[in-house]
This record gives sequence, structure tokens and C-alpha cells, in this order.
Amino acid sequence: MKLTLNWLRDHLDTTATLDEIAERLTALGLEVEGVDDPAAKYAPFVIARVVSAEQHPNADRLRVCVVDTGREQVQVVCGAPNARAGMKGVFAPVGSWIPGTGIELKQGVIRGVESNGMLVSEREMGLSDDHEGIIDLPADAPVGQRFATFLGLDDPVIEIALTPDRGDCAGVRGIARDLAASGLGTLKPDPRMAPLAGSFDSPIAWKRDLPGHDEACPFVVGRYFRGVRNGPSPKWMQDRLRAVGLRPISALVDITNYVTMDLGRPLHVFDADKVKGDLVMRFARDGETVEALNGRTYTLRDGMTVIADDSGVAAIGGIMGGEPTGCTDETTNVFLEVALFDPLRTAATGRALAIDSDARYRFERGVDPESALWGAEVAARLILELCGGEASRPVSAGAMPAWQRTLILRPERVMSLGGLDVPAERSVTVLRGLGFQAELKAGVIEAVPPSWRADVEGEADLVEEVVRVIGYDAIPPVSMPKLTAMPAPAVTEPQRRVSLAKRALAARGMLEAVTYSFTDSRLAAAFAGDNAPIRLANPISSELDVMRPSILVSLAAAARRNLDRGHDSFSLFEVGPAYETTSDDGQRLIAAGIRVGTTGPRHWAEPAANRIARAWDAYDAKADCLALLEALGAPVANLQVTTDAPGYYHPGRAATLRLGKAELAWFGDLHPRILRLLDIDAPVVAFEVFLERIPLPKQKVATRPLLKPQPLQPVARDFAFLVDAAVPAEKVVRAARTADKTLITAVDVFDVYQGDRIEAGKKSVAIAVTLQPEERTLTDAEIDAVAAKVVAQVEKQTGGTLRG
Amino acid sequence: MDESMNQITATAAGSLAELREAALAACAQAADLEALEAVRIAQLGKKGAVSQAMKALGAMAPEERRSAGQALNALKEEVTAAIEARRAVLEEEALARALEADRLDLTLPVRPQPQGAIHPISQTIDEIIEIFGQMGFAVAEGPDIEDDFRNFTALNIPPEHPARQMHDTFYLEEQGADGAAMLLRTHTSPVQVRALTSRGAPLRVIAPGRTYRCDSDMTHTPMFHQVEGLVVDKTTHMGHLKGCLIDFVRTFFGVDDLPVRFRPSFFPFTEPSAEVDIGCSRKGGELRLGNYGDWLEILGCGMVHPKVLANCGVDPAEYQGFAFGMGIERIAMLKYGIPDLRTFFEADLRWLRHYGFPALGLPSLVRGQ
Repeated sequence: MKLTLNWLRDHLDTTATLDEIAERLTALGLEVEGVDDPAAKYAPFVIARVVSAEQHPNADRLRVCVVDTGREQVQVVCGAPNARAGMKGVFAPVGSWIPGTGIELKQGVIRGVESNGMLVSEREMGLSDDHEGIIDLPADAPVGQRFATFLGLDDPVIEIALTPDRGDCAGVRGIARDLAASGLGTLKPDPRMAPLAGSFDSPIAWKRDLPGHDEACPFVVGRYFRGVRNGPSPKWMQDRLRAVGLRPISALVDITNYVTMDLGRPLHVFDADKVKGDLVMRFARDGETVEALNGRTYTLRDGMTVIADDSGVAAIGGIMGGEPTGCTDETTNVFLEVALFDPLRTAATGRALAIDSDARYRFERGVDPESALWGAEVAARLILELCGGEASRPVSAGAMPAWQRTLILRPERVMSLGGLDVPAERSVTVLRGLGFQAELKAGVIEAVPPSWRADVEGEADLVEEVVRVIGYDAIPPVSMPKLTAMPAPAVTEPQRRVSLAKRALAARGMLEAVTYSFTDSRLAAAFAGDNAPIRLANPISSELDVMRPSILVSLAAAARRNLDRGHDSFSLFEVGPAYETTSDDGQRLIAAGIRVGTTGPRHWAEPAANRIARAWDAYDAKADCLALLEALGAPVANLQVTTDAPGYYHPGRAATLRLGKAELAWFGDLHPRILRLLDIDAPVVAFEVFLERIPLPKQKVATRPLLKPQPLQPVARDFAFLVDAAVPAEKVVRAARTADKTLITAVDVFDVYQGDRIEAGKKSVAIAVTLQPEERTLTDAEIDAVAAKVVAQVEKQTGGTLRG
Repeated sequence: MDESMNQITATAAGSLAELREAALAACAQAADLEALEAVRIAQLGKKGAVSQAMKALGAMAPEERRSAGQALNALKEEVTAAIEARRAVLEEEALARALEADRLDLTLPVRPQPQGAIHPISQTIDEIIEIFGQMGFAVAEGPDIEDDFRNFTALNIPPEHPARQMHDTFYLEEQGADGAAMLLRTHTSPVQVRALTSRGAPLRVIAPGRTYRCDSDMTHTPMFHQVEGLVVDKTTHMGHLKGCLIDFVRTFFGVDDLPVRFRPSFFPFTEPSAEVDIGCSRKGGELRLGNYGDWLEILGCGMVHPKVLANCGVDPAEYQGFAFGMGIERIAMLKYGIPDLRTFFEADLRWLRHYGFPALGLPSLVRGQ
């Protein structure tokens, strides 16, 4: 919404400066987006007459001019070919800032002749690209007048970002009213709204055919004008329309635009001679077309409100008129439409047709219903004034919708809700200033909102009106009262783990990424489990068309991008959602990571062969999982490894970490098919840890059992077993542990061998078994006995034999 | 030395002085630890000169033996001390020689230890939780996939309300069980609805999380993060809203006198509503926060609309409160000088390393970070 300062002053009697007005508008909730003040920009420039123009003594192309600025005569050196005695131009004094060049003008001596200012071209003034010569003004241009005034540019333009609820401020008068209510002047009466008598009956009548949906257009008023002369509108009207960004067209059209901007009341004028029969408000029929005033043809759908005559659609209700019935310079008989249209339908139609018009902007915010009556009067006066002719008596269809309602404001609510202590009488004054009928009765304020404030629905709205007009700045800030002496935990244990997981992984040298929750369906398909990825109905692009079934989709794609940037080794992680189903529990919270390439770049301390650190392998991913699970309090010692990771992992180089039946994590190499899909030939290992499945601690405070340090030295014995290659090492470890659950405190694998020195299909697993004596030192015989049990258990449980 | 030893052995107790002189001389002359050990054996070993002299005591008369014995014992102690002293010197020399040869080029780079980093969004969320946590707020959550009711209708945005169009909503192909539209939440406000319906009043929660809008350009990404705040009780008013947010922005940005301006605005789910600006300067194309006369919008807020409370089963005649919503990327960009929103989600290693935070840098107001 744009307006000019002078336009505002038509409605507001004020001594406030532009800055004061702009500041107050923002404080009222009418946020000023910008103020363009050409008057300030052009302030130094005045209209001047060239008294004489003599040849420069030292330069062929220059002239020495004496210029009358209205206040004094000054000498300037001028290079323009059109400079001549008697002409009128625009004078820029020394010290003025030239908008077109961005240079401050200095006093100078040009080829030995003093120059005290300059005569400027249109380009120098930033008005056009014309630099052929200096501005040549008409002979009647008044010498000494400010150039901005002469051009009609001395009216600052204020642009307001209007919130959707304030349809009443989609006209200059509504803005003036808010300013007046806040004490920045008084609202002038508007005599143009008084009823204007007509002299004949309109030959065109209004009809409504909106079965069951009268609210689409509850009321419409019309007036017929005969014998008008269309043509250009007066300069003052054109200047204002241009200032707010509208192109003047003709007096009749400009009048409708002017009333729209001035009073927030959209109107339409039909060339009455082009209208066949009466005009009817009805819904469009599917497929009906109309050529709109913007020159484009629109195909309409059922449910769109249109204004039609006997030959078809003449206008799209509340949005735009039709070209065939539009006014032209030849128009002599006019029919004025002043209607009320439903905000929601107007918005829906405008959206469907993709038409942004000044009418739609206002109807979808809600137009003052009473304006159907006074809008017709204001427009009628302007038409008669600017175009002559005579006006018919008004015609109408439908009825003025009932807008009167009484709301109650308990005066103390301004404090208890708004936080501002305002006496009841002051609240009444504020509301009256905004046009409410407000009375303090029996301790409460009865308020009837004005017809233009459909947005005010209840007590909270009234509190807002009072507080807004007095100013939010006046509300004293109050820090939040403490609920408890000590702050309670802000996060639950599962929430705490999110931050902890991120920091645990970052501490392991991984970089945290945050990537989009949606991804490419072609990629996602390769990661999806039993459920197909969740599809977006309106994706922003085909690369972001499904919700990711696994964070690894995003991380793998991120890996691809970073490889493209020339990085060959890196580790990324993300803690965030993956999406299985659309139900609330179908969103999983996962900590996922990906390690690409090698554990480090070429380094002098690595083995001489190539100096390259080893490639990441599945054990690194396993280590990440275990470290993360440990950090989050999972009972890591009780986890089992099963070889059933999902299909996007390598079938033989990936596994699941389980706690009982619950799958806590997947880890391993990514499937070669996935790498091929992403065109990645570097080693890639990955993991996913399911944070929500990690058991929560049973106690709030984890009291520890007493530490019992063993006074006796532990004893270690090494064993090497020959087992089938398919036997998991962990099976050997578990078997050894069962040999003596009291004495054996640790079993560690320290060597695994498969190769020439042993039988094919077998592998050697070497373990170190630690015995911790509790009461006395073990004898050799006792140790041998445990060793024998270890061998026996491993043989029994794994079929392995002790290597000689 | 053997000769001298024999000489000494042959001498009587009277030649003790010679014995002493010879022993100390041998000790002083020992060039290395090996030679020194030979001296020790030659003097103090079982067959050593001193030991032999001790043996000779047995043949002496008791009077003579006592005085000779005392002298011999003193000699033995002196020689022992001399050997130990010499050993210390020789060891020190040996160590010095060894160290002289043992030189590492410590200008060489260490074995690489990749440095991890926390994403600015995570760090900012942790900071937000820390500050609001001190004010008694708890973290609430909700899923990214919401239904039309919680994202719009319950928040006083009925179907066809123009505000829905402002939201550029992503819809799912799939529909909810009751045929309702499923969508990606366009703001964190549906968590208000969840918190109110599940926990009821009174309530102080914040809800940081992912949000989505079908918009992508220089300053918009289809996914971004918001933090929602909600306070509902019987007495919280706009003064508290102002106090709470002023306390937050000043603490978060670390500018004690940061000007904060509340402007009336419009949101369907709050009444009265406000937008909040903070003081800044844009001079020279550089944004600085502080009391410089210019303003920058950072969040929207207001008193919870009575209809929203009622929609969530909370009696608006009894309860009231405030809500706010803030873009996390936006305040992170302002605080940490990150110029481009789109780069947050590109997972560019260079960006993550440059703008990331140390793993152990968990924000804490008490500890001042």
C-alpha cells in the first residue's frame, strides 16, 4: 500500500513531520517499508533563466552564462549546445548533490573562467538518459521555483506493508484515521460521502443469481451516468496515481483507481452502451471465458463470482473488469458498479487465475460494507466533476449485510492481558478515535466496531486496539517469574541424548551436516525398506520429491558432492529424522554417519609403501556405533552382533548391533550397488544408530556399586584355536568365558589368521584369557584346570581345536 | 692395579693411607661405568684390597684391631661414596652423550587427527535451550509430518484463509486416516497444539525443529528451522512477553543494551500480535547489532489467541499466555556472521569446518560460553 504525504493530508489535519508520521505508522502496526522523498533529493534545484550566454574566451565548445536563479545572478560555464540567452533551465548551486552522477558539485574555474554551479541535463537529474543538452523548460516556468514542485514531485511517497487483517487501511483515509486516533492530528470530515440525488432511473438494473450463496456478493449498488466526456484526468489526479505506481488511463478509469487508493473502495465502470441487457451477479460456468482489462483471456470455473450481461461475462467479480465492456475515450454513457464480494472466494479466484489486482488486494482483506453506499456517492461526484453528464438514481440488489455487533471490554484486561495500565476512560477515547461506538457502562466498555473493522472479533482484539494505539513501547517489560528456585531440566533424557550424540561423534573427528529431509526418489528407492518412500504432492523439484527413508541417502549424496569438490577422505554425520510412515511414530530419530576414503591423508610416518593411511573399514563404523552407544549409556557389553543389516549395506561386510531383540544400530560397508548409483569409487563405510531404542536409565541418579579393587595380580593365558572359517570370533570368546564365570574377567581376541599355514576353510583365532584370583594366588594346577576348561568349552561350542 | 692391590694387601694397617690414596685415584680415573665397576670389585669385592685388609684384622691384637677396624670401616665408606659419586658423574655423561645423538625433527607434522565440528544450527539450538531453560522453559517436540488440523485449523487458520497461502505448504500424496491432508509443518506452531492438548495448562515450552515451505531463492530454502515458544498460565501478559524476549535476545546476542522494538502485527494464532526488531547498523554494507538507530526484524510473537486455546481444550476464560516463533538460521547468521542461508544445508566440508563449533563447546550460561 502506497500513499503520498499530501494525499494523507487531504484526510489528516496534522503538523507532524514526515519522519514523525513514518515512525508512528510503524508503531501502529502499519509497517513503513520505505519512504521515497523526491523533494529531498531535488531540494537544491531551482528553475532559472539564462540571462546571457557568451562564447568562452578559451574554449570553442563552452559558453559563459549568467543565470538568474530568482534570488541572484550567478556565472556558470556551460558546455551544452542548447544553452542560449532567454531559455529556462534547472540550476544546480555549488554544494548540491547531483543524483544522476552521484557527485557533489564544487565551485570551479574552467579554462580560466569561474563557474558557480551548473545547468543540468535530464540525465544529471536522474530523470532520463538524455544528455544531449541541458533541460529546456517552457517559457512560463516560474523562475526561482523549486524544480521538484514544478514537476509535481515534491510529495514524499510512503510504502506500507499491510497485514492481511487491516483491509481498512488499504485506503489513505483508513491510515489517516489510525494516525488521528494515536494523537497525530485530526481526521477531516469527508463531505463526498453524502448522498447525491440522481435525476433519472438507470436503464440498467442489478440482478443476483447466487443460489444458496448470497454471501458471494451480498450487496451491489449501481449508477448510470449519461452524457459524460471521457479524456485525460486532471494533472493532480495523474500525479498522485503515478506517485503510487499506477498508470493514468482516462478520467473514468482513473476515478475508479483513485477511489480505490483513497478510500480502499474498489469500483468498476462499464461502458453502458456495450452492456447487453441488465447486469447479473452469478457464478461462472465451467469453461466460460472472459477477456480481462489486462488484455489476457481467462477461462473461468464454477464457483467464481462474475458480473455478466446477456452476452456473457463482463467482469470477474472483485478482481478485474472485462475488456469488451470497458470504458474508452469515446464512452459517453457509464454504468458504475459498487459491490461487496466475499473475501475467501475472491482470494480463491484470484489465486486460481493468478491475477493480482488492486481490487483483489482489498476484497480479500475485506472491504467496508457501508462503502457500497458511500463509495457510489464519492465516485458519482468525481464523475460529474471531471466528466460532466448526469447521474441516475442508484440501483441495487441484495441488502447491506448486518455488521453491527457489541463487544465487551473489561477495562482491567488491558493490563492483565496487554500488560499496560490504562484507565477505562482512556480506552474509551482510543476506541472512539478508531470509529468504535464505545461506552463505559457498569464497569465494562461496550464497544460496537465500525463497519470497516470486521477483523475485530473479541475482547483480545479490543485490548490490542487500545495497546496498539497507545504504543507497545509503553508496555513495561517484565522478566519471566521463576517457577522454582533452581531451573528444572529443560530437556528430557531422550532429548539430552540428541545433543550428546552430536558431540560424541564430533569428538570422534566427524563433521556434523544438516541436510534436507526430502531427497531424490530415484536415490531413495535404493534405501527404502518395506515401506515405499513418502512422496510429496508438490515437490519443489524432482530431486527433492520424497521424504528420506534413511539419513544415509542424504549423507551419501553429500559425500558425492564433496568428492566432486576434490575432497577424497572425510567423515560426516547427521543426527535427525528419517521417515518410514506418515504416522507420528513413523518418524525415526537416527544418528547416522559416513566415512569416505582413508583414515588420513598421505603422511610421512605411515609405512613407506605409499605413505597412505589405511582405508576406513567396517570396524571403524562399528567403533563409531559402540562409542556412541557407550556415550549414550547403552549396555555395550551386552550387545550382540548379527549379520542382518538392511540391503543397502554390503551383504558380507555389515551387521546389526542388538540388545536382546531390539536393533540399536546398523553398520558396515555400503552396498557396491549404492556406490555405483552415486558413481563413488572410494571406500565408504556407514552407520545408523537408533537413538529412541536405547534403554533409558532406571534411576534418576546413577548411584554406583562399591568399587572392590582386587589386591591380587591377574593372570593371563594365551590360546589359539583352529575353527571353521564361518565361525564368528565372538562365539569363541563367549565359549571361553563360560569356562569359569567367576575367575575369567576378560577374553580378548589378539590375532585372527587364515592362510597357507593352516588347513583350507579354517581360521585361527587367538585369544588372551585373563583370570582374576579373588582370595589367594592361584596355583599352577588351578590355572591349568581353568585352561583345560577353556579348551573344552571352545571345542564343545565351536568345534574348534587348540593349535599345537 | 693388581700390583698395587697386592702391595696393599702385603702392607700392614699402617699403610692404610696408601690404600686410600690408591683406591680414590682408581675411582677418579675410571673412564666409564664398566671401568668403575672393575674398581669397585678391586676395592670392595670379596677379594678386593679393602676386603683383604679387613680380613687381616683377625690376626691383630684386640687393641690394634679396634683402631685399625675403625679406620678400615671409614675407608670402606669413603671409597663406596667415591665410587657412587663417580658413577653419577659417568651416568650423567653417558646420558648426555646418548641424548646428543637422539634428535627428532619435531617440526614434522603430527599424525593427522581429523577435527570434528558441530553444525551452527545444533549449536544455536543448544544455546536457545540453555537460555530459555534458565527461564523455566522445557523442550517440547512434534513430528515434521503434520495434519491440516494441527498446522492450520487449530491455530485459527481455517481453510481458504489467506494466511494459508502465505505459507507455501508442502503436501504429501498420501492422505490421513480420515482423508485429511497431510503436510510438512510450515512452522513449529503445531507443537503448541500438541503440547496444549497433551500437557494442558499451565505450561512453558520451547519447540525447536525442522520446518518446510515450498519456496527456494536467495533468502529461502525449502527446509529451515524454527523455535516456537509457548507460555500458558493465568497471569502471563504482554509485559512478560516483552521481558522474556528482551532477556533472550540480549543474552543470545551478548549485547547487554541491545535495543528491542515490539511492533503491532498480525498472526491468526495470536491477539494482540507483534513483530520484534533489534537495533542494528547497516553502514558500509556491514551489519552490526547494537544501538545504532536502524532496525532488523527477527521474530513474530503475541498473546495466544483465545480460539487457539479453546481449540486445544484449554479454557480461554481462565488461561492466557504468549507464543513466539523465530527462525534459527536467521539468528545464527546474525550472531555468527554467516552470509548465505542456502549454504547451511549443502554439507560442504569447507563450510562445516569454517562455521562449525568444537565438540566440547556445549553452551552454558553458568560457565559463560
